[in-house]
Amino acid sequence: MRVDAKLICKSCDEKLERITGDRCSMCSRGLAGNSSSGELCFDCLRWEGNGEWSGYLSNNISLFHYNEYLKEIIAKYKYRGDYALASIFIPYLKEMLRDIEYDLVTCIPLSVERLKERGFNQAQALADLLGLRTIEVLTRIDTEKQSKKSRHERIALPQVFHVTKNDLLPNQSILVIDDIYTTGTTLRQAAKALKKAGAKEVSSITLCR
Amino acid sequence: MKKKSISAPYSPELQNHLTGKHLLAFEIPFSKELLAEHLSNGYVSEACGVQSTNGSYHCVRCGNKEQTMFYTFPCKICDRDCTYCRSCIMMGRVSECAKLYRWTGPGIQFTIPDSVMSWSGTLSAGQQKASDRVVEAVKGKDEFLVWAVCGAGKTEILFPAIEAALLDGKRICLATPRTDVVLELSPRLKEAFPAIEVTTLYGGSAERHGFSPLTVSTTHQLFRFIEAFDVIIVDEVDAFPYSIDDSLHYAVDKSKKASASTIYLTATPSKRMQRLYRSGKLKAAIIPARYHRQPIPIPEMKWCGNWKKKLLQKKIPPAISRWVSERLEQKIPFLLFFPSIEVMEQGIPLFQMLSPNLKIVHSQHPERKERVMAIRNGDVPGLLTTTILERGITIERLEVAVIGAEHEVFSESALVQISGRVGRSFVHPLGTITFFHYGKSKAMIEAIDHIQRMNRAAWERGLLDA
Ligand SMILES: [Zn+2]
Ligand SMILES: [Zn+2]
Ligand SMILES: [Zn+2]
Ligand SMILES: [Zn+2]
Repeated sequence: MRVDAKLICKSCDEKLERITGDRCSMCSRGLAGNSSSGELCFDCLRWEGNGEWSGYLSNNISLFHYNEYLKEIIAKYKYRGDYALASIFIPYLKEMLRDIEYDLVTCIPLSVERLKERGFNQAQALADLLGLRTIEVLTRIDTEKQSKKSRHERIALPQVFHVTKNDLLPNQSILVIDDIYTTGTTLRQAAKALKKAGAKEVSSITLCR
Repeated sequence: MKKKSISAPYSPELQNHLTGKHLLAFEIPFSKELLAEHLSNGYVSEACGVQSTNGSYHCVRCGNKEQTMFYTFPCKICDRDCTYCRSCIMMGRVSECAKLYRWTGPGIQFTIPDSVMSWSGTLSAGQQKASDRVVEAVKGKDEFLVWAVCGAGKTEILFPAIEAALLDGKRICLATPRTDVVLELSPRLKEAFPAIEVTTLYGGSAERHGFSPLTVSTTHQLFRFIEAFDVIIVDEVDAFPYSIDDSLHYAVDKSKKASASTIYLTATPSKRMQRLYRSGKLKAAIIPARYHRQPIPIPEMKWCGNWKKKLLQKKIPPAISRWVSERLEQKIPFLLFFPSIEVMEQGIPLFQMLSPNLKIVHSQHPERKERVMAIRNGDVPGLLTTTILERGITIERLEVAVIGAEHEVFSESALVQISGRVGRSFVHPLGTITFFHYGKSKAMIEAIDHIQRMNRAAWERGLLDA
């Protein structure tokens, strides 16, 4: 399998914008103007101010700004299913992973139907090309089952993940891999499920923010 | 597969959707059960999208054989290592486990009204002669070349041939590599053939289409067809970007029936085509004159020194700035062609010192159409452009200059096309074309020779007014 075949040219590579400089210490969002590094962004302040969500996700590291160019690449990768594009990010992810400590690494899962449709999980593909030994500790809760819950239940507790291997989690630092950190909802839900199941700490790494 | 049983019922809707097509399951908006039923009746057949022979992959949809354009991944659809084609991925992933479906059941019967064409324009003598030969050509199953100079009016000469083919019950496709050409041709064909369905296909067009007797499509979209057309007309055949030439030829070949005739239409046939024509292997009709019966202006070559170095030093070579200033003074609209976006972007601030209203255009430019409109309306005195504007635009009184004409992007055909922008109208059949260079290239000389030959041929055939 050829992973090294040049996937994007130098000038395209330059269109990837690394997140540098001042950023939110929790979610990697670039901070503008008067906030300085080490502070939390507005989003994270809100999450952490909410008793139901505070203290679950320790931190998220993102590599790139989700600019127009990266949007195109990610769309082609995820929705067109061009698996090969994952390898663009591997050297960057490798470099980042050197500084992250964890006991167990896992990926945000896709639903079974989605996986059968796309043929691969975009986060898992990254982990596989990185040579990481991931453990599937999360599954998506069936959306059909979810729709059977009362309306109130769904709104109050939009639970999406179910922990499978509970015995592996106690006292472990978990690293979760996903492709994009947009609102942070997905990762915070995963973190909450994992911590409730006994994980010591949950952090995440994503391609873009 | 079971033997075809003629009497088995079939779904006319599926037939309509799938006839002549080569589609992935997600492109077929019918139930799995219906598809399975037709497969077992032999009305539909399926094939793996990516296949391998002796360890070498090929894509059945786009013909890709370049091994670096395949990739193998752990596929959760087939639960094994699965290879897919990266070349045509934007049309939906074709892999070893993804099937391509085609209709192999009864053919579609359609009727064409006797007066199918409402176009009643007249053709020039040169057009008429070529048109008669195309009418002949669509009856056979050979290849035929229409070599018509820029501004000859080549679309009109097709109308009688399309009419003849339709009346013969044939299915016709007019294909071109460029989306803007599709968008320009589609309404003209709909107007000329109002009684029939005309399907228009390009990247991003509404994707679900049934059967129609006449299709206008980008060559790229032809990947979704197989043995569909009785006549295929390929416009601007030489506008295939060189690197993807093979795959687009594959698309044309795959989309037509074995018995189909193929008509190529261009102002600048490739060397290969010119050779085939000269050796008598490819029949052709040549229209060497414009419909306005005036010769095509001949480009002049002008040495301008090391233009690349000058621009880096933030100076316009004097010969070029003189050329531009003259046109600004006389209010003659002009295009300046640059070899690359990079050189053009170095140039624009310098040229804007001559006139702040000058603008640039390139393939990635969002305001391309608006800027072309602006020069046409006189809101902008001139445009700096890459070869993107080499074809398909007509601007009254336009003059052009090529900066660094010896650069390799300016092939013979590019230079002929660029020159073909000038002198297109009845009122203004003349105009200047200047190739600014730092050492003449073979392509420059060949381009000038090409235009002179066409003018000579036009004189000899009496297609020009004295
Ligand atoms: Zn590139
Ligand atoms: Zn934050
Ligand atoms: Zn392909
Ligand atoms: Zn597969």
